[in-house]
Amino acid sequence: MLILTCPCCGVTAEETEFHQGGEAHLTRHGPGASEEEFHTYLFAKENPKGVHFERWRHNNGCGKWFHAARDTVTLEVYGTYSAQTLEPPQVIRDAITAKRPGWRWREFA
Amino acid sequence: MKRYSVFAVAREALRDHMGWERAWASPEPKKRYDVIIIGAGGHGLATAYYLGKNFGITNVAVLEKGWLGGGNTGRNTTIIRSNYLQDPSAAIYEKSRSLYETLSQDINYNIMYSPRGVIMLAQTEHEVRGYKRTAQANALQGVTTEFITPRRVKEIVPIINLDGPRYPVLGGLWQARAGTARHDAVAWGYARACSAMGMDIIQKCEVTGIRRDGGRVTGVTTNRGDIDCDKLGIVVAGHSGHLADMAGFRLPIESVALQALVSEPIKPCMDCVVMANTVHGYMSQSDKGEMVIGGGTDGYNNYTQRGAFHHIEETVRALVETFPMVARLKMLRQWGGIVDVTGDRSPILSKTPVDGIFINAGWGTGGFKAIPGSGWGFAELMAKGHSPLCDAFGLDRFYQGRFIDESVAAGVAH
Repeated sequence: MLILTCPCCGVTAEETEFHQGGEAHLTRHGPGASEEEFHTYLFAKENPKGVHFERWRHNNGCGKWFHAARDTVTLEVYGTYSAQTLEPPQVIRDAITAKRPGWRWREFA
Repeated sequence: MKRYSVFAVAREALRDHMGWERAWASPEPKKRYDVIIIGAGGHGLATAYYLGKNFGITNVAVLEKGWLGGGNTGRNTTIIRSNYLQDPSAAIYEKSRSLYETLSQDINYNIMYSPRGVIMLAQTEHEVRGYKRTAQANALQGVTTEFITPRRVKEIVPIINLDGPRYPVLGGLWQARAGTARHDAVAWGYARACSAMGMDIIQKCEVTGIRRDGGRVTGVTTNRGDIDCDKLGIVVAGHSGHLADMAGFRLPIESVALQALVSEPIKPCMDCVVMANTVHGYMSQSDKGEMVIGGGTDGYNNYTQRGAFHHIEETVRALVETFPMVARLKMLRQWGGIVDVTGDRSPILSKTPVDGIFINAGWGTGGFKAIPGSGWGFAELMAKGHSPLCDAFGLDRFYQGRFIDESVAAGVAH
């Protein structure tokens, strides 16, 4: 059972109160994108064995979206942060590096 | 390899069972093989078996990081059926089901195939329409299924509660020749047959890297040294994304945990498989008398092989509605496996961007039923470069938008 803290309303709750919404920090390609870009956006998932950045929604709470950094092997939640950002904040990256030196994720590390 | 038969049992009975030989050898890896298969689960071993049987390719190694059949092959609920909607799915799943019927004779290993029948319950008007459509599609595909009335459902499954509080049973999709088999025996039987053909099954051999030269595969790096190969088959279910990353490409796959559980053994009470997709639960009774129960996947990517506890609660709640007697059962044990789910819930049997590397993945929550058919088709794909069974399941379908949408047939239940 994951325990997540919603950065929007500050409530800390079990995972049944939330809903995961897939990979975070995707570049949303639209009209004019190449087939390769659109395919990457829609289908080519990161699916790592380790650090995963993902979107969550506080379904049974404030209803807002936010981001979380989580480990897919240990299920440790490294931290949650606002979705109003294009890349993970430094404090989250530092928290991950402390536990998992050498981690990488697409263009972030 | 000595054949298993009634005479062998009688012979061994007279000499204290001292004459049984090991079912398969455990050799040291050689420097080079024509074909390396990563993953000694059902699909990997079946691929190796049909490479040898149908195409005479026997210089094959099957590498396994853990123990043989210890992944999803040993963790599923052993259901075999082929009542899918789309033609390419029906073709490969029905091929698989028909191979299962004679597999025990084919590989001289009793896999305990039991064509006991599978009912998929229709509990909403939407499901009724969906399953009627599937029954019509199956008729055209040559897969024998029928849509049956609630009364017939009750005749087949007397312990069912037809007028549940939330979702009454409105009918069902019945496939009489579907059923179950002994999952471990499928892996063990294929392994024994592969070993007898001279193939090397190497356990506790984890692939840590995939070596390439100019866009072509040259071999793998493992914890037991480098091994060269001409062709490489990646057949690792939940870890497909991890292996694809080593080979330098991404897959349209997400890995999640799927759970199952069994009850204490009880006297025979249900002689078929029942799936209730609306309420997320399915159940059959094993030969030992345990009720084998499966449910939904976790809601997020993970590699934990255990799954979140509240999903067990959801599954059991669903089954108590459908089978009130379940409420009195104690559950013996629970386990999880990592399943590789694609966007259209159909598998990937394909060449990859790297020459010589083939991938067999994306079976998601329902791979066990497909083992022989998947091995048959994938062996042909690896040997000849294409296969009628696999052609529709290429990676290119995600570029072309040519999906094989089985989200209804796959649903939750396998």
